[in-house]
Amino acid sequence: MDFIKQPWPWYVAGAFIGLTVPALLLLGNRHFGISANLRHICAACLPANLPFFKYNWKKEAWNLFFAGGIIIGAFIATQWLANPNPIVVNPKLVTELSGYGIAADNLMPKEIFSFESLLTLRGFIMLVAGGFLVGFGTRYAGGCTSGHAIMGLSNLQWPSLIATIMFMVGGFLMANFILPFILRLS
Amino acid sequence: MSVKNITAIQQPDTDFEVRSLQTMCVNQSEKELPWWYNFSYMAVGILFGIVFIKAEIISWIRIQEMFRLQSFHMYGVIGTAVVVGIISVFLIKKFNVKTIHGESIDFQPKKFNKGQVYGGLLFGLGWAITGACPGPLFAQVGSGVLVILVVILSAIAGTWTYGYFRDKLPH
Repeated sequence: MDFIKQPWPWYVAGAFIGLTVPALLLLGNRHFGISANLRHICAACLPANLPFFKYNWKKEAWNLFFAGGIIIGAFIATQWLANPNPIVVNPKLVTELSGYGIAADNLMPKEIFSFESLLTLRGFIMLVAGGFLVGFGTRYAGGCTSGHAIMGLSNLQWPSLIATIMFMVGGFLMANFILPFILRLS
Repeated sequence: MSVKNITAIQQPDTDFEVRSLQTMCVNQSEKELPWWYNFSYMAVGILFGIVFIKAEIISWIRIQEMFRLQSFHMYGVIGTAVVVGIISVFLIKKFNVKTIHGESIDFQPKKFNKGQVYGGLLFGLGWAITGACPGPLFAQVGSGVLVILVVILSAIAGTWTYGYFRDKLPH
């Protein structure tokens, strides 16, 4: 049990995530891609007569069940398999974050990820604008880390490689050059 | 956001390549399976969600470490997943493996369009801010950080906005 409660090493997690690809294919010829769910929710709730949302989303219901499973699995792991020890963080990052008044003692720092934070400029930009960029960007790119970086690369698709490289470029630019200014806001 | 009007000829089919571009199942299963068969996908999702928490992939901190080159962890996770995925797809193709219902497994090539560049960059920016791609967003909610519901709603709004401006964006 102790082994399960410890943080799992990258090779265990990576193997499980990689095996999701054949699992979905073998269960019913389904292609791994989580951001498509955001589109299915639009199609189901607010299609607004837009051609992009006019399709039979019910045929893609499997993916919504998959996403629902992620929520349940995360709940199970947090409730019953949680790591009792403090998380290990690179000391450089701990120092940097403490300069912004953020304690790196939690997987999701409360100074950012809380309803109180949502009412601050910093929290609003990070949660609302950040979420918008995720939703807009993934659909514009035609997939996210699962659809392009894992499923697309597994099938050796070069457009997915380009998308993955651009994900990383955007992430590097934001984390190193733009986010420090956002984190200084309060 | 630059919303440039394309001077190109009106596409006769406004729904161009919608399915193949959007990581949706291009080849629908011909078999009519009962709706509760979807619980099998939910089971895979549950395992997936547990892994997300246990390997701390949902953590904003781990994503910051990744983009600052301060930790190998996330590169190891994604790299291993890709290698396992490549081997799996290779074996499925080589041995013409069928689904458990005996149907053939199909792969569709992804076509390049500029969206993978512009959209990819925009998603990358958002990924580093929120510390989450869409999968971890769902896991974060499950882990009890309910404010992430706001992030998901905003992501849905972003997806909807893309759908609204799709014809005017460069592809």
